[in-house]
Amino acid sequence: MRKGLSWFNVTSIALGFAFLYIPIILLVIYSFNASRLVTVWAGFSTHWYWQLFQNQQLLDAAWVTLRVAFLTATIATVLGTLAAITLTRYGRFIGRTLFSGMVYAPLVMPEVITGLSLLLLFVAIGLDRGFWTITLAHITFTMCFVSVVVQSRLVTFDRSLEEAALDLGCTPFKTFFVVTLPIILPAVISGWMLAFTLSLDDLVIASFTTGPGATTLPMRIYSQVRLGVTPEINAACTILIAIVTVVVIIASVMTKRQEMERQKAERLAAAEA
Amino acid sequence: MSTGVAEKTQKTIGGIRRKFAPWNDPQAVPLIRYQNVTKRFGEFTAVDNLSLDIYEREFFALLGPSGCGKTTLMRMLAGFEEPTEGKITLAGEDLVGTPPYKRQTNMMFQSYALFPHMSVWDNIAFGLRQDRMEKGAVAARVEEMLKLVKLEKFAKRKPHQLSGGQRQRVALARSLAKRPKVLLLDEPLGALDKKLREETQFELMDIQMELGMTFLIVTHDQEEAMTVADRIAVMNHGKLVQVAPPAIIYEQPNSRYVADFVGDVNILDARVESIAPGAVTLRAEAAPDMSIRVSQECPAKVGDTVAVALRPEKLRVELDPPADPSVNCLSGTIWDIGYLGDLSIYHVELPNGTRVKAAKPNLTRMVERPITWDDKVYVSFTPDAGVVLTS
Amino acid sequence: MAVKSRGRWLVLAIPYLWLVALFLVPFLIVFKISLSQDAIAQPPYEPIFDLSAGWEAFKDAFSQLSFENYSYVLSWDNEFIEAYGSSLWIAGISTLLLLIVGYPIAYGMARAPKSIRPTLLMLVILPFWTSFLIRVYAWIGILSPEGLLNQLLMALGIISPDAPLQILATNTAVYIGIVYSYLPFMILPLYSALEKMDDTLLEAAADLGCPPFAAFWKITWPLSLPGVFAGSLLCFIPAVGEFVIPDLLGGSDTLMIGKVLWTEFSVNRSWTVSSAVAVLLLMVLVIPIVFYQNLQAREVEGR
Repeated sequence: MRKGLSWFNVTSIALGFAFLYIPIILLVIYSFNASRLVTVWAGFSTHWYWQLFQNQQLLDAAWVTLRVAFLTATIATVLGTLAAITLTRYGRFIGRTLFSGMVYAPLVMPEVITGLSLLLLFVAIGLDRGFWTITLAHITFTMCFVSVVVQSRLVTFDRSLEEAALDLGCTPFKTFFVVTLPIILPAVISGWMLAFTLSLDDLVIASFTTGPGATTLPMRIYSQVRLGVTPEINAACTILIAIVTVVVIIASVMTKRQEMERQKAERLAAAEA
Repeated sequence: MSTGVAEKTQKTIGGIRRKFAPWNDPQAVPLIRYQNVTKRFGEFTAVDNLSLDIYEREFFALLGPSGCGKTTLMRMLAGFEEPTEGKITLAGEDLVGTPPYKRQTNMMFQSYALFPHMSVWDNIAFGLRQDRMEKGAVAARVEEMLKLVKLEKFAKRKPHQLSGGQRQRVALARSLAKRPKVLLLDEPLGALDKKLREETQFELMDIQMELGMTFLIVTHDQEEAMTVADRIAVMNHGKLVQVAPPAIIYEQPNSRYVADFVGDVNILDARVESIAPGAVTLRAEAAPDMSIRVSQECPAKVGDTVAVALRPEKLRVELDPPADPSVNCLSGTIWDIGYLGDLSIYHVELPNGTRVKAAKPNLTRMVERPITWDDKVYVSFTPDAGVVLTS
Repeated sequence: MAVKSRGRWLVLAIPYLWLVALFLVPFLIVFKISLSQDAIAQPPYEPIFDLSAGWEAFKDAFSQLSFENYSYVLSWDNEFIEAYGSSLWIAGISTLLLLIVGYPIAYGMARAPKSIRPTLLMLVILPFWTSFLIRVYAWIGILSPEGLLNQLLMALGIISPDAPLQILATNTAVYIGIVYSYLPFMILPLYSALEKMDDTLLEAAADLGCPPFAAFWKITWPLSLPGVFAGSLLCFIPAVGEFVIPDLLGGSDTLMIGKVLWTEFSVNRSWTVSSAVAVLLLMVLVIPIVFYQNLQAREVEGR
């Protein structure tokens, strides 16, 4: 049997990645274009980046977005982790079907529906729309993603670790903090990052639930994009891409190094035994 | 454990082991009592109205196939399951309703369940810290435990930096550190290879003896149970089938199930022909032309259908009939031979087609054995070789 | 586990109540408003249930509810039905394209040497971490009449300089946008299904005389079906309600229900009609959503 990659496999991977990356790369390249016309190359320039840092509206929007995303990610991680524990550990309980339905539905729910329904709720209860309503809305849909990430870790979690802690005299509450949480922490952290990015990225739900004075970065970008492509937006996008790329690469290098150290230690132990 | 220490303690252990039989002493007070315990999971009854006494310093084994309820029985003592009905007491104290973290039992898990984010030292100290033991005392106890399992050099390692055998020792040390009233061992050696498993079995016995603790082990490996335990409880479908020391389980099984589960056995259906004090004469369906004598008090009446259990190593296969007329003898032909090196297993077909197995040690170095396929042979056994079983 | 405590119920109650309050209740409100009438007021609909006004007022308000908005939305005179149909069509075609594009990539990744698989996986996930809006935006510069694609084709002499391809503001651009944005969601479930597959199965098939291509259809494809379903649903359902892509890449004739709902809400300011549109959209999607939930629950909870 042929193992490894055939020419067909290599071609499809190469074309696939070209498709995924060429638009982003072009976007980055043209952010350094001196011309105001985005599609005509007129030499290298960082002009648009300076321009960007003088755009107070954009900077304000970025600050709002970061605050929303940070709060969202933190609260959604707590709620999502609790939901994950409930779904993996509680077995059957009354209303379980409804609960798991509410956890999985937002993963695929069209954003326009989520946005509209939350807006109508906020209006019905007379809540002033703005920063807090966006945050509440974001927590609601991102906690479900966190829950799925944490659940997939909890499913493979060896329950006897918790039983061992109980057996050695640790209360269930303390067991969660000294045994369960440290072990599932990587999943909880990736849940946090996922929630953060989703919140950072969201346009539709934020547009529905926002009010005066709370404009997020995607909303600001969107309103400019509708007027046409500008190198300034290209520059803003490039900065966002750069941040994300650096963070993701650092995270993956770190996990890879940890993994390698672990494997080395295991080989060492096996050799000694 | 190094052989030097093992040899030194072996004599005293032998002395204690020979005399140790509190279950025969009507005055002895059991440490653990299961009283009419039933555990149901929905429709499924895992443990069925079971009563069992286990004594202090006993090494007790629960033996049975998977799903027989042995693990559930142990987990109820640890507090991970509550009995549906009945009562469990430990040193006279009713355990029902007490959560696991307040019980004076500790468990060694099948998967070891070592905390991956803690060092060997912290794993062993974990239980002691839960009791808010003073720091110096924790350190002293951990050092003592590390010495006991010979892992002093590995204290700072994390579990994934240890080999399987070392992990097993850490798990043992951790569960022993709190000096529980009972140590529960859930298939503790299942993950080790055969050689290491055999060594560790003796180590476990030594440690148990040294610390004077009560051990309760769950296993599906009958050899392991026979090696380590003072008494074995054979379980099936949530009930105890027989509770006795290993030699009695093997030599005097009380049922077909026990005879069949522990070791290899031939079981022949037979009818009771006559009964005398301390002796029974039977006629096996497989060999209607010869009667079988078993020296045993008969548990049945004349005319009853019973079973007679014969261990393969107690059967002799010869080309000539035995000279002594008091020896039982069945005739048949060699149907197949399994050559195992130390033993040869002869499968002998009796006249009605029933096959019996006889094990014969290969005492001489010979490639060609005198008995071969299709030979007409005589299978003989003394009257004390068989066991009459009514169930 | 038999350990029961008050903390245990708190763990359940907090996320449960949160989702009831901010996920379930909002839907009930949407449903109620879809049965109301537009009004020039704040909020812009009536009746309003006011429990303090007493039982009679409540009953009166209840009697004012009607299905008027639904008959409006479902009437052939308006373009809503067309929009539902065209959304399903566009989402369906896009999902099929995603499967065709994504499967060979996922398959290639699953067959790649173990050492480079994590890197490949990371490369698939990386674009997902960058903003969705940015990725859609990037295509405007490529697909516009004076965009990079047309420049390239002109430079190569494939098309004449006076007749640039009109791709932006057509359904083709929407397909490209959806395929591009959703591709990681299709590849990941496919990859995890294909990666789990035991290599010896194909060896066994070959050993029993099955040539590679037939082995693919008889072994690999059926075993990857859970991934195919998961990926397709994960792409199809949100694509039906997609708003940003048709808005930025589609033309005025691109009719998608997400965009229609947004227009109805923000331009026509009819909260009641947009609620009815949302309820009907949910009804259209309820079967695939329930199907997806079961698939997801089985996958995640290992039941």
